Amino acid sequence: MASPVARPPQPRGFWARLDQLARASAPAALAVLLLLATGLPLGSAAREGGMPMTPLASVFFWTLYRPGLMPPWVVFGLGVLADLLTAAPLGVNPLLLLLLHVGVMTQRRALAKQSFLIVWIGFAVFASVLLALNWGIRTLLSLTIQPVAPGLFECCVTIAAYPILAYIFVSLERSLEPV
Amino acid sequence: MIRLSVPLRQALARLMLPALIAASFGLMLIGKADTVLVERVRTRLADVVVPLYAVLSRPIGTVTDAIVELRGLILLRSENARLREENDRLRRWYDRALALEAENRALRRVLNAPADPTPIFTTARVVADVGGAYARSALLVLEPNHAVRKGQVAVDAAGLVGRVSEVGNRSARLLLLTDINSRIPVLVERTGTRAILAGTNAPRPRIQYWTGPEQPQPGDRIITSSEAGAMPAGLPVGIVREGRTGLEVELFADLDRLDFVRVHDFGLSGILSADQSVRPAQRQRRTGG
Repeated sequence: MASPVARPPQPRGFWARLDQLARASAPAALAVLLLLATGLPLGSAAREGGMPMTPLASVFFWTLYRPGLMPPWVVFGLGVLADLLTAAPLGVNPLLLLLLHVGVMTQRRALAKQSFLIVWIGFAVFASVLLALNWGIRTLLSLTIQPVAPGLFECCVTIAAYPILAYIFVSLERSLEPV
Repeated sequence: MIRLSVPLRQALARLMLPALIAASFGLMLIGKADTVLVERVRTRLADVVVPLYAVLSRPIGTVTDAIVELRGLILLRSENARLREENDRLRRWYDRALALEAENRALRRVLNAPADPTPIFTTARVVADVGGAYARSALLVLEPNHAVRKGQVAVDAAGLVGRVSEVGNRSARLLLLTDINSRIPVLVERTGTRAILAGTNAPRPRIQYWTGPEQPQPGDRIITSSEAGAMPAGLPVGIVREGRTGLEVELFADLDRLDFVRVHDFGLSGILSADQSVRPAQRQRRTGG
């Protein structure tokens, strides 16, 4: 397993470099696309907080299996983008995603070897804790008690959507070169 | 890429996380302190993503339209009967409206009263439902030289939808009536009681702070009030319903299926004016001039 600071061999030639750049940025690009996709007008269910928080799944998956492709600054950038796009109070999503990143990093060795079901349960635990924190921070920042039900719903949808998102991530991961 | 020694790189990598977490808290402070800057960045981003959404929302619109069409085909008979009954009813109303309009015109002539100015409006397409669990807003796609300004009122075919809260070059953000930050001055049509319509992020906003002893009753029609110059008077909003926690308003506007909205310029200053964050001295000069 490569350490996050190890330098990969430098590719020679323009096309090889371009290829490597594309591979290195693919997870982040997919995460941004999934984030944008949650804004599409899909009807009434989406209005009640019924869209999954895809950045949570993106950061969780890539930190767990390819931490080199999801460095902290990408996590931070994804969070800021999510804040700006959803008109959330600035700084909330970066904080949550970075905490997820740190949390997964500490549990990586134990979790990466487990079966999909265990990993899913792990994601559910992380998502629940972070979305509870999300509710707390938003309540603190706006100084009004935020409604609980949409947040709870969002949490359930996020956890339920993880297998589908993980399937997309796995197919992308397989197309990338092995570490 | 700059070549750094391995210990330095390791130290930087270790420092990166705490630094970024600290930066998140910094962003929270900035977001609280300089709302104008944050808003400008947000509208820039909206301007960039709105064309993308405009392209993507077309196929989705086609699919949802097809589903609606299919449902319409299944319910054709009952729908037909309902529409015929409604048509009969509306025809009576139509006759009545024509008579009232004629009478109104005659009375205006007698009184020499000016007619209400026709509001100028921009029709805009709703391309994205952003917001997640804690906000109810929508992004509108606009032509580059549009006349939409902050604080203007958006209505759909049936009633009030919300207010424009941010405006960019090609996009605008609409704060829906159901958003927890939305407060709209309204009037109970039957009694003329003034009240505030407060969003709760739930599908039905709550009605609060009514004046006078008479409480709004379920079934009352709610229209906008021109209190504080924030809203034009008389736009249809909804019907009062008994909710679990108090009186709620069932909106006329179909917020679940917003395709197009009309953004009206009623020529009101609005409480969400563009110079909201300008210092009071400057604001006075602007309103004075």
